[in-house]
Amino acid sequence: MRGLKGGIPIGLGYLSVSFTFGIMAVSYGFAWWQAVVISMMTLTSAGQLAGIGVMVHPGQYMEMLISQITINLRYSFMSVSLSQKTSPSFRGIKRWLLGFFMTDEIFAVASAEDEVDTKFFLGLSVMPYIGWTLGTLFGSLLGSVLPDMVLNALCLAIYGMFLAIIAPVAKTSKPVLLVVAVAAVLHCVFAFVPVLNQISSGLTVSICAVLAAVLGAILFPVKDEEVTS
Amino acid sequence: MKDFWIYLAILAGSTYLIRAIPFAAFQKKIKSRFARSFLYYIPYTVLAAMTIPAALQATGHIFSAAAGLLVGGLFAFKGKGLTFVAVASCIAALAVELLLKFVFPNVSF
Repeated sequence: MRGLKGGIPIGLGYLSVSFTFGIMAVSYGFAWWQAVVISMMTLTSAGQLAGIGVMVHPGQYMEMLISQITINLRYSFMSVSLSQKTSPSFRGIKRWLLGFFMTDEIFAVASAEDEVDTKFFLGLSVMPYIGWTLGTLFGSLLGSVLPDMVLNALCLAIYGMFLAIIAPVAKTSKPVLLVVAVAAVLHCVFAFVPVLNQISSGLTVSICAVLAAVLGAILFPVKDEEVTS
Repeated sequence: MKDFWIYLAILAGSTYLIRAIPFAAFQKKIKSRFARSFLYYIPYTVLAAMTIPAALQATGHIFSAAAGLLVGGLFAFKGKGLTFVAVASCIAALAVELLLKFVFPNVSF
């Protein structure tokens, strides 16, 4: 029940983000139900966006696989990270089933817990999944009626959510503030320096995040209490 | 059409496996202090790298995006929740977009 409630803001955020995905998918030439099926089976933002970009060209299966692996590599780190916080009974088949719901935001909210049990994680996943599916449906059906300006503003929702996840921790922990700044600056370097900006953004996110986290782990190794709490 | 289903299988399958395999495989506590520290920092660095600089290009103008991030960041640091911060970012960005369109329609950026 507490998990279900915790998922409401994520679900609302997803509603607006997947709304944008629905609009884009239709503008790429997909049918509304295709957009919805993609969202229901994949449940990821950046990967789906890159995915429909590849799908418009026929037969580039390898390209699809490589782009998805690089964009989604971050989920592996999150899964390993959260695997350290689960309650003793949350294992085996439960992990195989609920691992599907490991998104950036569900992970972020779950990792703020001391211990994550099956019920909490499942509850936490419900509203985001509904939000992601309905948002895609609405976006693909009626995206064309909204003015560009509103759509533009809605695209910021997901980033606002990211800020709200980072800020409270960065405020109390100097090391977190520093590694976050390093990751952001590094990614700007990758985005704007020639040659480096040719690398796909999914891959550069992973590279910058890993480098910054390694730096943090070397300079400020956490005490055991910090990791478990 | 056949292409769609093959593509979907690759897209959904790879996304699922990359999430589920590590989640199911690491059942024990990791002992290495370095690894634990790395795992402590990684979620925040991922979110930061995803936000900067992409968020600045998410709206029609860099000014509206910057305004949205600034307002969102401010409220986030004040301890407001996810939804509040997300909505505040959107409203700030929309306000700047409106301003740019109706108050300074002749200025190009």
